[in-house]
Amino acid sequence: MDLSYGEAAEAFRKDVRGFLDSHWQPGERRGAELKEFVRTFRRAAIDRGYLYRAVPKRYGGSEQPVDVIRAQVIREEFGRARAPMEVGGNGVNMTVPTLLEQGTEEQKELFIRKTIEGDYIWGQGYSEPGSGSDLASVRTRAELSPDGTKWIINGQKIWTSQGMQSTHMFMLVRTEPDAPKHDGITYLLLDLDQPGITRRPIRQMTGEQGAHTFCEFFFDNAETPVSWQVGERGKGWYVSRTTLKHERASIGSADGLGSQFRKLVDLAKEVGRIHDPLVRDKLAEIEGRVLSHRYTSFRLFSCAAAGEDAGSVQLMMKLLLTEIGHEMALLAQDLIADHGLVEPEGAGGRGPRGVRGPNKWLDQIMGSLGNSIAGGASNIQRNIIAERGLGLPRDGAA
Amino acid sequence: MRFHLTAEQVAIQDAVRGTLAECWGMERLHRFADGDTDFDADSWQALMALGIGALALPEADGGAGLGLLDAALVCEVAGAAAAPGPLIGQIIGAIAVANCANAATRELLPAIASGEAVVTLALEGDLVQSARAAQYFLADDGAGGLHLIEAGDGVTIEPLAATDRSRPVSRVAFGTVEAHPLYPAGDPMVQRLKDAALVLITADSLGGAQHCTDLSVDYAKTREQFGQPIGKFQALKHQLAQMALEVEPARALVWYAAYAWDAGLADAPRAAAMAKAHLGEVYTRTTRAAIAAHGGIGYTWEYGLNYWFRRSIHNRAWLGSPAQHRARAADLAGW
Repeated sequence: MDLSYGEAAEAFRKDVRGFLDSHWQPGERRGAELKEFVRTFRRAAIDRGYLYRAVPKRYGGSEQPVDVIRAQVIREEFGRARAPMEVGGNGVNMTVPTLLEQGTEEQKELFIRKTIEGDYIWGQGYSEPGSGSDLASVRTRAELSPDGTKWIINGQKIWTSQGMQSTHMFMLVRTEPDAPKHDGITYLLLDLDQPGITRRPIRQMTGEQGAHTFCEFFFDNAETPVSWQVGERGKGWYVSRTTLKHERASIGSADGLGSQFRKLVDLAKEVGRIHDPLVRDKLAEIEGRVLSHRYTSFRLFSCAAAGEDAGSVQLMMKLLLTEIGHEMALLAQDLIADHGLVEPEGAGGRGPRGVRGPNKWLDQIMGSLGNSIAGGASNIQRNIIAERGLGLPRDGAA
Repeated sequence: MRFHLTAEQVAIQDAVRGTLAECWGMERLHRFADGDTDFDADSWQALMALGIGALALPEADGGAGLGLLDAALVCEVAGAAAAPGPLIGQIIGAIAVANCANAATRELLPAIASGEAVVTLALEGDLVQSARAAQYFLADDGAGGLHLIEAGDGVTIEPLAATDRSRPVSRVAFGTVEAHPLYPAGDPMVQRLKDAALVLITADSLGGAQHCTDLSVDYAKTREQFGQPIGKFQALKHQLAQMALEVEPARALVWYAAYAWDAGLADAPRAAAMAKAHLGEVYTRTTRAAIAAHGGIGYTWEYGLNYWFRRSIHNRAWLGSPAQHRARAADLAGW
């Protein structure tokens, strides 16, 4: 085994560093000025082939050959320089890959460039009040307009992250009510700026509300052109499967976990508990899992670079990450102790943010619970590991 | 950049697995477990015929020129089969002798590398595997030095009713003995060899934990209750998924510890401690969960899961408990 990236990659690293040294100097810029600087920086980074590598040039990407090692070097160097990478969110992580694989030329032209430049923000229209883990049971209806040019949508979607800021939505709607449930669904894109749509923020357990939270959407004869349908009518379930795969791949990141663990060690120092043998024991125990996750990421990365299948362990990464998050939350809660009795200034929808002490860990303590739900609930992950990974008999779900 | 097994490494594991399948089935294990020996010559010779004793030695020393990682892959398969014999002692002994500066000691290498002379570990404590079969004991002297002690005069062996029936231990005491010098106190190789031993123990644990998970999954697919395979019930399905979630990601932790040792990375000692602690926990939890997942049959002697459970007790305590290694990892991190 060999964890070095090789000479070619190190030469490439030098190029990336040189670029960042000369282009990422945000200085004292703030607000709109900083936003414009970031936009210019991203354009330069795309020109150099560092961002949106899988997106063709004609849609605004840099159209680079697949090279997971280069991609990793770019992530590492941008991370080190604290330079902005691709615009985050559902649009880049889910809409763009789905359109690249299954979209029409018109859809790619219309949406990809605007999405990667951050002009279009996408909400996910999957879950409904009656359709959570059993997503294929969605009941929001879409019917063709009499002239056959538009889908008319009626129903409700829920748990849409970034929903209050979203300009567009990708959604699953029922178009063939008489077909078996997986075969009666169509995948639609939708402009959210129209009269037939009402959105309402749902206050989260963190207390966050308004723009910071998820929300629900009500559709009352909302419309979208038939040409905005992705894939065939009735095949939307299968279109959405590619999208979910992209989402899972983007959640299982080891670097974020590693830095969160280092912050937990810092917290133990900050509150004067780092010499407590019980705390040291618990930290080392958690780190055993953090490192297992990290080295397994190397393994997945190595298999991807070699074009080999890593097997069932890929199915475990999300649940592993979630469980480590819970363990960190429990230790953090003990470490912050009485600090946790008071929320940080401005947390939980109590006005503007201010000073944040050890109690800032309340974010992670509550947020870790969200991770066991968003992007596939933990019990569904266990079904997937058992059925697809271990080959146990299927149970109707998953 | 490469962090998954090569085709050659997979082939090594297949070869060892195939050999053990022929000479170390459940029937042999049962007989050995109720016998009064601490060594099985047939399986030992079969394994040594594959060149395992010399696997991690340089080609100049007649070895295969492979690393601790490859040795760990072999130990993983041995752990899965609950193979008898001081395999870890033999591999560590060969590395210790091959790297030592004493020419007279180095002359012992051919017999050790071939497995003809059995080496067992007598480090940190007086409980020793296969002591009655060993020709050499790789022992520490209390002052920090390492020696290769000859079996015979001055070595007292008291066979014990060992918990781990696959690798029986004796209590060994050294009086005035003949010792071949290996490494003086303060030589970095002393700790390095102990770290290597830790890595091989974790590999044995990984193999055992995987085996127990595999058995449980297979059982859940065939055993029927309430008119369906029990593996269709979500409660059991989730328990089995949890076992796999313990074992499969831990594999890369073992690989990393072995790789770090081979590459001489600065974090190799900490990686070994981390892996030893984590796999100790994984093996314990997995064997317990496997017996629970089987129900009554899992609690029988006949079915044999108990051998892996017993081996997990041995591996967990051997050369330091998980808590001891977590404390060491905390110290090494400078917390």
